[in-house]
Amino acid sequence: MLAKRIIPCLDVQNGQVVKGIHFEDLRQVGDPVELAQRYEQEGADELVFLDITASYEQRGTMVEVAEKVAQELTIPFTVGGGINTTQQVVNLLKAGADKVSINTAAVINPELIRELADKFGSQCVVVAIDVKRTWDRITHRSYWEVFIKGGRTPTGKDALSWAQKVEQMGAGEILLTSMDTDGTQSGYDISLTRKISEEVNIPVIASGGAGRLEHLSAILREGKADAALVASIFHYRKFTIPEAKLFLQKKGILVRMNDDGASLAEN
Amino acid sequence: MIAIVNYGIGNLFSVAQALKKLGEEVVVTNDPSVIEQAEAIILPGVGSFGEAMKNLEENQLIPAIVNGANQKKPILGICLGLQILFSQSQEATQQSGLSLIPGEVRKLPPTNKVPHIGWNQVSILEESPLGEGIASGEFFYFAHSYYVVPEKEENVVAICNYNVVIPAMIKQGKIAGVQFHPEKSSTGGIQFLKNWQRWIRE
Repeated sequence: MLAKRIIPCLDVQNGQVVKGIHFEDLRQVGDPVELAQRYEQEGADELVFLDITASYEQRGTMVEVAEKVAQELTIPFTVGGGINTTQQVVNLLKAGADKVSINTAAVINPELIRELADKFGSQCVVVAIDVKRTWDRITHRSYWEVFIKGGRTPTGKDALSWAQKVEQMGAGEILLTSMDTDGTQSGYDISLTRKISEEVNIPVIASGGAGRLEHLSAILREGKADAALVASIFHYRKFTIPEAKLFLQKKGILVRMNDDGASLAEN
Repeated sequence: MIAIVNYGIGNLFSVAQALKKLGEEVVVTNDPSVIEQAEAIILPGVGSFGEAMKNLEENQLIPAIVNGANQKKPILGICLGLQILFSQSQEATQQSGLSLIPGEVRKLPPTNKVPHIGWNQVSILEESPLGEGIASGEFFYFAHSYYVVPEKEENVVAICNYNVVIPAMIKQGKIAGVQFHPEKSSTGGIQFLKNWQRWIRE
């Protein structure tokens, strides 16, 4: 049986992981390689590195990060943030990234999805979709609207039809972030995730809102997500990955337990 | 020296890196003479069936691989690299594969989500040096939309279940193939690579 995945997400700025990372015994707080290795050892199924570097000039550092991480990691990882050309993807995959995640560039030029899928295979192409519930003043009903540019720009696009479109264009996975729940730690957006997951036939990674372990089981079961992206609760050591996986296992959700992780959870 | 055949853009780095860590000398190459000199050949899992075969043709790499197989040189196909060992794929019906193992490659049925991405459990069907130290039910990382259907059941060493039975480990003589990515499958993957490393010198 295919296991549900738990994917820590690391924000990277100028080559360093930012946002609170509270491992006590790290030599260098913020070192992407050291953090990646730590999460792998704890039983992370994959990792996502999100480049939040503001300036275009400095984006090249992500290739170096991918190279360094790939040297040490034996689980897959995705790189996202600011990717809009095929050449950037070539550089990242050659550096050792397994997948890339595109967001704004896909909305502006959906053909890019097809181009990347044809060239590198669908399994390399993750399309990230940022969604917020919005009131439509014309139809007088609310809908899930797609936002781009880091959630700053509304597109007027309906999330469900956009999700179907990216699948049709050859995306291999959808990374679905609810802007309504992101950062709240009040739980993932179950109805949004469930709707999208039911309507497409590619895996959906849910993101935004994890605060308690029950949120993980809810999004993987009721939300029908194939994977859960987790940031703060792991970074701030509210919970560890082994604790999360043990909890999910007890709830009857199939997760991959590794020996290191299992013994860490018991300690 | 082990030759990792470079026939498409993708993550070739991780396979090379994993083998280097196991003490192997590896060369990532699209030079037929390097492949001929190699002790073993790895066909990594990048790109698509049609593109990969076209690329092998254009670089005149097919004879080096097929001759290698005839000389009983160990070959390991990973993911797409496993699929091109077969003769036909629904991914590119106009393009024939290397035809080293009889059988075909089919699209995964839409009864489950496609691509099949993530960690799935592998069951070892028969005792094999390739499966040594790997518990049945061990998780490996998969990322694919097509799967192999070998003509001969005896070629299948291990399977994984995704509503359809997916051959996960294949063996014929000194040719081996895995649908999962051992270089991305943590400790289980490393164990498989160690087994393969030992097996090619048996």
